[in-house]
Amino acid sequence: MSTFTTSDAVIVRCEHLGRFVKVGDQERVLIEDATFEVRTGEVLAVVGPSGSGKSSLLRLLNRLDEPTSGTVFVEGIDYRQIAPRELRRKLGMVTQRPYLFPGTVEQNVRFGPSQRGANMPQESVDQILTEVGLKGYASRDIAKLSGGEAQRVSLARTLANSPLVLLLDEPTSALDEVSKLEIELLIQRIVPEQNLTCVMVTHDKAQAARLAQRAMLLESGHIVRIGSINEVLHA
Amino acid sequence: MLSLLFSNQLYLGLAQAGMASLAAMVVVLLARKRGIHLESETLIAMVRGIVQIVAVGSILVLLLRGPRWTSGFCLAGMMVAAGATSARRAKGIPGAFKVSTWAIICGAGSVIALMTWLGVISTAITSLVPVGSMLIANAMNTNGLVLNRFRSDVMAHAGEIETALALGADSNNSVAPYLQASFEASLIPAIDSLRSLGIVWIPGLMAGMLLSGARPVYAAIYQFVVLAMIFAASGLTSLVSTFLIRGQIFTSAEQLLLQPGG
Repeated sequence: MSTFTTSDAVIVRCEHLGRFVKVGDQERVLIEDATFEVRTGEVLAVVGPSGSGKSSLLRLLNRLDEPTSGTVFVEGIDYRQIAPRELRRKLGMVTQRPYLFPGTVEQNVRFGPSQRGANMPQESVDQILTEVGLKGYASRDIAKLSGGEAQRVSLARTLANSPLVLLLDEPTSALDEVSKLEIELLIQRIVPEQNLTCVMVTHDKAQAARLAQRAMLLESGHIVRIGSINEVLHA
Repeated sequence: MLSLLFSNQLYLGLAQAGMASLAAMVVVLLARKRGIHLESETLIAMVRGIVQIVAVGSILVLLLRGPRWTSGFCLAGMMVAAGATSARRAKGIPGAFKVSTWAIICGAGSVIALMTWLGVISTAITSLVPVGSMLIANAMNTNGLVLNRFRSDVMAHAGEIETALALGADSNNSVAPYLQASFEASLIPAIDSLRSLGIVWIPGLMAGMLLSGARPVYAAIYQFVVLAMIFAASGLTSLVSTFLIRGQIFTSAEQLLLQPGG
């Protein structure tokens, strides 16, 4: 288990969060009555079988989907009171597939800040790329990157927005074993270094145990258990 | 050959329509062999097409004897019908009919109004309705193309669009590349028509003008005028459509509504 320092301060609090969608005439529950807290500085792993609602929960936290019940408080503020763009910068998301934009690595890294009219200094671009282990990659075409490199660029692109919380949606599931371990090491290093909090969806319980201090088990859209790694994964 | 078999013009017309439809159905059957099923859609479109054009032709005969202002109603009806037809190409996009109708009214309607005011299109019903309908029909096709392409692109790139949103992009920026590609693709037929005018095809309007005794050079120039107006109407329709449609696929919280499989 990792040894990140966490505080008791709550950065994200979900209250009775839920979302259902209509499929034909029927309602399908994606998440129901999810109430939990994410503490500042921790890595919270969200585990569960396929279709249990892990990614749906992350999409709700980033407000890419609208809750049909309940809400999320970010630093004590109901996230519906925060402009979606600002919220999404605060809760930066890294998806399973990196979905890099056509162009160079640098253009991808600059994307987030440019959306709010900020011109990222070259030193900052280089610094972020160095942090994710891609020193000297700035001018490289994204089409020439390996899967692991592309995921690092995706992480760098999210970090460029200076988020408070990193939402990682199975960031290593599409990678080979070597790249997976490299990304894990990167997460282990970057989260405490940049004073980040992290909610990480993974189907890999061993990975959850390696990276997280706490875990939450989801089944059929419901929280079954939440607590320390031992309480949740080895119960 | 058909003219030898049929002396009555009506029967000859029906026989010609039958032969042309047969050619279209052969294409549909060839497509079917490759697993592309267009049978019912093509059949319905052809039956609708022949019924509509015969009905409109009959109405036109009546209109030609009526006052000039009736052409305005006729064109307005055509624009609404065109909006409904092209909106079908945007399945799953909320408000597609409204977007399509407004786009065609702004695109084709404004070009028709301006050109009529300038005297490029005669106010005579015999001129205004057929030329106006050409502009509306082409605007409809362009609108159908732009919506269809945009819908496909958004569905295919939902991941990229949501990634851009998740990085703090606004909804307009997140779909900007797909709007641009859709706009460009929708204008390909209008540009190609202009480019190939007189070389690949001699449009019916020019042939009709020549048959009715117009000077060949004027007929040729006017055909260019019509195609340039079609380009203007189509381009404006496509611009308005792309402007309006992007607001339809996001919620007020900038969440993408159009999802693959959704």
